[in-house]
Amino acid sequence: MTLNTVWFVLIAILYIGFFVLEGFDFGVGILMPFLSKDSAPDKTDHKRRILINTIGPHWDGNEVWLLTAGGATFAAFPQWYATLFSGFYLALLLLLLALIARGVALEYRSKDASPRWRALWDWLIFLGSALPALLIGVAFGNLVRGVPIDADMNYVGGFFNLLNPYALLAGAATLTAFTLYGAIFISLKTDGELRQSARAAARRLWLIVVLVLLALLTATYFETDFVARLGVNPGVIPLTGMVAILLSGYFVNKNREGWAFFTTAVSIAFSLVTAFLYMYPRVMISSLNNAWSLTIFNASSSPYTLKVMTIVAIIFVPIVLAYQAWSYWVFRKRLTSDSPLVY
Amino acid sequence: MDALVLARLQFAITTIYHFFFVPLTLGLSVIVALMETLYVRSGNELYLRMTKFWGKLFVINFALGVVTGIVQEFQFGMNWSEYSRFVGDIFGAPLAIEALLAFFLESTFLGIWIFGWDKLSKGVHALTMWLVAIGTNVSALWILIANSFMQEPVGYMLNNGRAEMVNFFDLVLNPNVWVMFPHTLSAGFVTAAFFVMGISAYHLLRKNHIQVFRRSFQIAAIIGTMAAILVALNGHSQAQHMVESQPMKMAAAEALWRTESPASFSLITIGDLSQREEVFSIRLPRLLCLLAYNQLNCEIQGIYDLQAQFEQQYGSGDYIPPVAIVYWSFRIMVGLGFLMIGLALWALFLVMGEIVEQRPRALQIFQWAILLPYIANAFGWILTELGRVPWVVYGLMRIEDGVSNVVPGGNVLISLIVYTLIYGALMAAMVYLITKYAKAGPEDSHYPTADEADAMPSLVGAQD
Repeated sequence: MTLNTVWFVLIAILYIGFFVLEGFDFGVGILMPFLSKDSAPDKTDHKRRILINTIGPHWDGNEVWLLTAGGATFAAFPQWYATLFSGFYLALLLLLLALIARGVALEYRSKDASPRWRALWDWLIFLGSALPALLIGVAFGNLVRGVPIDADMNYVGGFFNLLNPYALLAGAATLTAFTLYGAIFISLKTDGELRQSARAAARRLWLIVVLVLLALLTATYFETDFVARLGVNPGVIPLTGMVAILLSGYFVNKNREGWAFFTTAVSIAFSLVTAFLYMYPRVMISSLNNAWSLTIFNASSSPYTLKVMTIVAIIFVPIVLAYQAWSYWVFRKRLTSDSPLVY
Repeated sequence: MDALVLARLQFAITTIYHFFFVPLTLGLSVIVALMETLYVRSGNELYLRMTKFWGKLFVINFALGVVTGIVQEFQFGMNWSEYSRFVGDIFGAPLAIEALLAFFLESTFLGIWIFGWDKLSKGVHALTMWLVAIGTNVSALWILIANSFMQEPVGYMLNNGRAEMVNFFDLVLNPNVWVMFPHTLSAGFVTAAFFVMGISAYHLLRKNHIQVFRRSFQIAAIIGTMAAILVALNGHSQAQHMVESQPMKMAAAEALWRTESPASFSLITIGDLSQREEVFSIRLPRLLCLLAYNQLNCEIQGIYDLQAQFEQQYGSGDYIPPVAIVYWSFRIMVGLGFLMIGLALWALFLVMGEIVEQRPRALQIFQWAILLPYIANAFGWILTELGRVPWVVYGLMRIEDGVSNVVPGGNVLISLIVYTLIYGALMAAMVYLITKYAKAGPEDSHYPTADEADAMPSLVGAQD
């Protein structure tokens, strides 16, 4: 395996880390206004606090997976970094603004008791979770479908080019899947009323996710040369992704929360791997001329830089995984209605 | 306005804004970790209250530092894609390493620290704050390694139409890093020390929580004095290095139009900018030689001679940075630096004499002195970055060649306006919260101890 491939895989891993970890905390943010509904305002507020406290210790560390994916793309495939981020300028701006608002909102919303203060930040938590969940799918939808890139590696479409039906469908897929994933996470981390309403939400959401995924699969068949590239039997990875989402429906209905969480995570991860498999060895597909696509070869850094970065990654990625895993172990207990709340 | 001007303006605004939060994070993380360690070792509840009080302010500030840092990670690709293509082989590496080594560390362990009071032993909990402190400071190191490549490109070769890395260790051991990092780091400690002294002064004036704030003031005065002196010493070595590596920046910082031997130090120079001539100047003879070379005789090259040299070396063009801004930034930074040394020594003197609380006038001054490091930090960066004009990478790439050529000016205008508005609103929210919690003082309530937490029923794995 060349180092170019190694870095393609590593960047895929970073995005998988982002989807699998930040996916559920986006879901929690999206569900917060709905699952917290209560007749008494102070009970609503208390429920909201419990909900955001389930992700409190983790969301920031989860988000770093995206930032590291960005940094790693810069280091290993500077052309990809330059073309993607300058090309998707306004979409990325929206994503960044949403993440900025969300990060501050999570940290600040409970630091003042005024209902107006909290309502404002709650709105931003919702928006700051829903928008990135949608946009990241739109971005990957476009990466898979291909975008207009000229011979000089420049994106020559506009902002509205990115909002094509296929990409929006992919955005709907990440949005709904992350919401389902968040509902399952809440049912795993809370108790009592919240847990019950999260379970009910997960059951309804599961059906929506499956319908959206079916639509996306159909659209992928028509919009891309997916079958031509990966064959009629696309292989074990895409199939595992599909089986996993079906299994998650079974576990959701049986209230087996741990298994439902695991299978949903597998389904999200494997769907993303499928997208990367399809793109490989291209990193940005040109819809104008396949020869103008950016690949892991023409977009990459020099062999020396790739070697340096590989050594760094081999040492530090396992360390990061270890301490993040430990942080989940530290906060493994469910939050109950009398748990002390920070956020 | 064209995309270039807007992109530069946006970079300046977002970066200066980001750096409002970074220095406090650098210094205060260490101070909070220190306080918690004192608590763990002594068992004295006073230190616990200090840790929680300053820790809360730390977190409020940290939140904005993190989110504005996200923009920095992506902005090079968004607005400076040609720059990214040209230096990505080198410049991307320290950014990626920063994310992997530092960003993960500080984010993950700050989450554990905030939420982990009742989940971890006291020692491990204090350790998580040390890891946050290490994370933030390592983060600064890698960012400065990246920036130093722009100031003083090393360890590269021009190949395939771009700068390619040939020696990673040259990049890390870039001499510019090792004058810049200590300077920035100690400036962070000064910022944190003045922050702690100022808020402590507020409460000491009102006789609130005297013990907490007396001790906080003591710690901050000691750290502040050492750091303020280190800032000046490191700044001195940085200036000496600058004469060698970026003579034009030094000449501009001194508004030294013509080569001088022995070179004088300008106290005040008023220039005629259109003619690029000085109109009026008070200069101290030989002082610049002392600053630049530690000796009384030297020759410092003037702006016109450097311009002529650069034209020979790089072709015709304007190689003169905006002299007035660079000159005044330098003076504001250095002036405030010396003022802060004086204030810190004064604070230390009051602490040693145990007369802090008997000097209300001094305490009032220290409250306002919180702002000084912020101003000095910002002007330090303005000097560093504008002194490099017209280069984005010194001697290798001009600013106008680095900008994204596919992003229309209209789009940059949108992002510039939106960033400015949102950053402004967030700043208002942060100042509101910091003021509110700073004025409220330390709380007496605490989260349940580990024993109490253990008594709570465990629900892990419960199915129904």
